Amino acid sequence: MANGVMTQTQHIPYLAQKGLKSWILTTDHKRIGILYLVTISFFFMIAGLTALGMRYELMTPELDFFRTATEYNVAFTLHGSLMVFFFIVPGIAASFGNFLIPLMIGARDVAFPRINLLSFWIYLVGTAILLSALAQPADTGWTFYTPYSIQTGTKVIMITLGVFVLGFSSILTGMNFIVTIHKLRAPGMTWSRLPLFIWASYATAILQLLATPVVGITLLLLIAERAFDIGFFDPAKGGDPILFQNFFWFYSHPAVYIMVIPAFGIISEIIPVFARKPIFGYKAIAYSSFAIAIISFFVWLHHMFVSGISETAAAIFSFLTMLVAIPTAVKVFNWTATLYKGSIDFHSSMLYALSFIVLFTVGGLTGVYLGALAVDVHLHDTYFIVAHMHYVMIGGTVMGFFGALHFWYQKWFGKVFDELTAKIAWFLIFVGFNVTFFPQFFMGFQGMPRRYATYPEEYISYHALSTYGSWILGLGVLIMTVNLLIPLWKEGRPESSNPYGSLSLEWQVPSPPPHENFDEIPTVTDWTYAYGKK
Amino acid sequence: MSTHDHTEEHHTGLRAYAAVCLALFVLTAVTVYVAKFDFGDFNIVVAMLIASIKAAIVALYFMHLKFEDKLTWIYALYPLFLLFLLIGFTIMETFTRVPVIK
Repeated sequence: MANGVMTQTQHIPYLAQKGLKSWILTTDHKRIGILYLVTISFFFMIAGLTALGMRYELMTPELDFFRTATEYNVAFTLHGSLMVFFFIVPGIAASFGNFLIPLMIGARDVAFPRINLLSFWIYLVGTAILLSALAQPADTGWTFYTPYSIQTGTKVIMITLGVFVLGFSSILTGMNFIVTIHKLRAPGMTWSRLPLFIWASYATAILQLLATPVVGITLLLLIAERAFDIGFFDPAKGGDPILFQNFFWFYSHPAVYIMVIPAFGIISEIIPVFARKPIFGYKAIAYSSFAIAIISFFVWLHHMFVSGISETAAAIFSFLTMLVAIPTAVKVFNWTATLYKGSIDFHSSMLYALSFIVLFTVGGLTGVYLGALAVDVHLHDTYFIVAHMHYVMIGGTVMGFFGALHFWYQKWFGKVFDELTAKIAWFLIFVGFNVTFFPQFFMGFQGMPRRYATYPEEYISYHALSTYGSWILGLGVLIMTVNLLIPLWKEGRPESSNPYGSLSLEWQVPSPPPHENFDEIPTVTDWTYAYGKK
Repeated sequence: MSTHDHTEEHHTGLRAYAAVCLALFVLTAVTVYVAKFDFGDFNIVVAMLIASIKAAIVALYFMHLKFEDKLTWIYALYPLFLLFLLIGFTIMETFTRVPVIK
């Protein structure tokens, strides 16, 4: 990007200050990004280990690893709740969003730095409440469906209260990012020059701001129902259990896009850099994030096709669901078109980006199966759903997250990881992921229901294969983690502050960036993706 | 936010705030008063109407919406559209259900 001259005199890296106080009271968006990154990674590891435990249990048809079926139920509830609410919802938006948004738009920080810190602390309070519930954790699954969530003897209130509190963190972060993007763009950083990660973060922030209050109130109703037996969801008292599902999915479907839209933004940043080509269809990609954000509010009933809802409503929502495929496909086609005739460098982050395109396409297309009314009746609550969801969430969001970690690692930490090891880890993760989840499509088609600790003998080969895959996947993640952690304790700095030749603003500052990002706010004079332009 | 140069423009006087406060008290009294009458199915409509007027006054004056720009209005009104969507589709779904057990 042909930006104004930026001098980095008095360059003090934002990581220079040491001590606990410099972290817990920081208002630097980059440090807050690290705080989120560390916390969400911790929960990702815990939730991942829980998943490995579940897969180990499913190696054989009998109950042998967990002592009771309830223990298994608790394990999948913990896995789902931690992964969804503590890792993947705040995930990229809070960690990379915090680190990148001010740097990419040419600002010194977010609009409200103190609120930014407050939202991290609220996130921590939410996690503390959740952890306090671990003595007798809930067994409802991450969806907390009524009437079971009202009747079960496990501690539903604590876990839902934790999620309720987390919601405020999400709302504040979304609000902060919206104001930042509107008010703090550098001179010349027009909407048509904005990096696509910023467009994606803006669309995500809208969802965080507007959809999260709905789940907050829903969970509050559930808590009130359990504590005071009011009857919102009890037919005997004039309530309706399906009402809970309506409320829950009105948030939780848009939440799926809170999870994945930031990853779309990341892929749009990585691909042009390593294809050395301008992004194809910039406006289409930018606007499609908004189209997804808007349509996401019109499809929630597709989670409830077999819940006893009316056929009329089901037919309407089946049709509406298909609409999501359009803006999503717009993105995938544009990324592919960007690759066409590009000079592709298979850097580890590019490998994750390419994996994203393949795996997310599988996840998206199998979503079309589930959006189709008649097919969903057969596949609902089977392993097909589990496979579909993981292809979207791991194949999509987590691949984007890993890609981002490798792409911006040098910028964020000012260190260099071993590229060959990173590629080996990527290979294991890619293979392990597919070996774990691809057999689950077949299991689901053949009727294997999800959330069961035991199963008939006929599914044993699929389950065993899936478990072997989880070990390969786990090994890959372990190698990746070690490879990214080791350089943090070693001396040495990157040779260049812009090793990949990116034109985006964040790469024009030193690695790691100075405390206030820019000595002088830059003036932007060109597009972010003008690769190959003379 | 680094700039807040329009703060002085929407300075609502103390008298206006007092008037809004008074209006809220009056409307609360009206809510209590109308509760004595039975409007049948419209009980909830009447109560919600008064509550909506109160909410609008709070948003417009206490929360300064009246003095904000178009973008803030969009962000204030879009959730109302979402609320309409949630309630509308949920009611549509409920009323188009075919009872299985008669």
